[in-house]
Amino acid sequence: MRWAVIQFPGSNCDQDVFHVLKNVLAQEAEYVWHKDSSLSGADAVVLPGGFSYGDYLRCGAIARFSPIMPAVKEAAAQGKTVLGICNGFQILCEAGLLPGVLVRNTSLHFRCETIPVRVEHPGSRFTSEYLTGQVLRLPIAHGEGHYVADEATLDALFQHRQVLFTYSDVQGRTTPESNPNGSQRNIAGISNRAGNVLGLMPHPERASEKILGSDDGLGLFNSVLSSMKG
Amino acid sequence: MIRAQVIVRPRKSIFDPQGDAVCRAIQHLGVSAVRQAHVGKCIELELDGDNIDQARAQLETICQDLLSNPVIEDYVLTLQPADKK
Repeated sequence: MRWAVIQFPGSNCDQDVFHVLKNVLAQEAEYVWHKDSSLSGADAVVLPGGFSYGDYLRCGAIARFSPIMPAVKEAAAQGKTVLGICNGFQILCEAGLLPGVLVRNTSLHFRCETIPVRVEHPGSRFTSEYLTGQVLRLPIAHGEGHYVADEATLDALFQHRQVLFTYSDVQGRTTPESNPNGSQRNIAGISNRAGNVLGLMPHPERASEKILGSDDGLGLFNSVLSSMKG
Repeated sequence: MIRAQVIVRPRKSIFDPQGDAVCRAIQHLGVSAVRQAHVGKCIELELDGDNIDQARAQLETICQDLLSNPVIEDYVLTLQPADKK
């Protein structure tokens, strides 16, 4: 499977994602500079974390107009896998590929820690290697991860099983105390209606090797690989 | 020349943690009469041209697509000749 990892000015998780794809999962992967206009036929695209354009204006607001973005939108429309992690999630929301927006954490604090994240639905191409209600240990590192959408959008997201990950306690209970950023309904990651575009704030690429403390994130990448074989 | 000013404000229905923190800081400094604060952005632009209607039409799109996010923010766009303050 061929993966494209987009590099925006200010991306800083691009090499982590590339390492996991290439060295841990033995995938074909290449970097694509944001000024390129082609993904060269990649099967999957990752928009990595970081601070594209210094988070100026709003997180992801300027990156969404990068020359590579029409190709990302086209890949999404073709049903290819598009994965946005952290800043990548923010960019996908600003680009309109996912509903809603990510704003400043309610606490105003930048949260950098490993926390429990609950899998809501294993019936997606990003979660098929997990079980419903499974609690993962995944790192977060963000100041603007507070997911906001209107009530009708939130209802639709749950109704159509687009909420794939939520913040929970270690027992899988989505409580206000387990919510690190104020996200509405504890949302940590959502897909589009078609199910081929995922955005999430936690970093699965930073939890893909046991030596790093957790390999709970590997299941996400493996799920995508399984969906391609199936 | 035309001078444009875009004020971007968080929507009232969206909790504004920055505004909340600013409000608390003001109260902490002894001005307890302040009940609410909302933090937005002011973006000032200078444009070539002498047609305010035309400039407004162009900038409305920019305001909606780039300068604000309609999910969480409202904006007010005002334009005037650049030589008048």
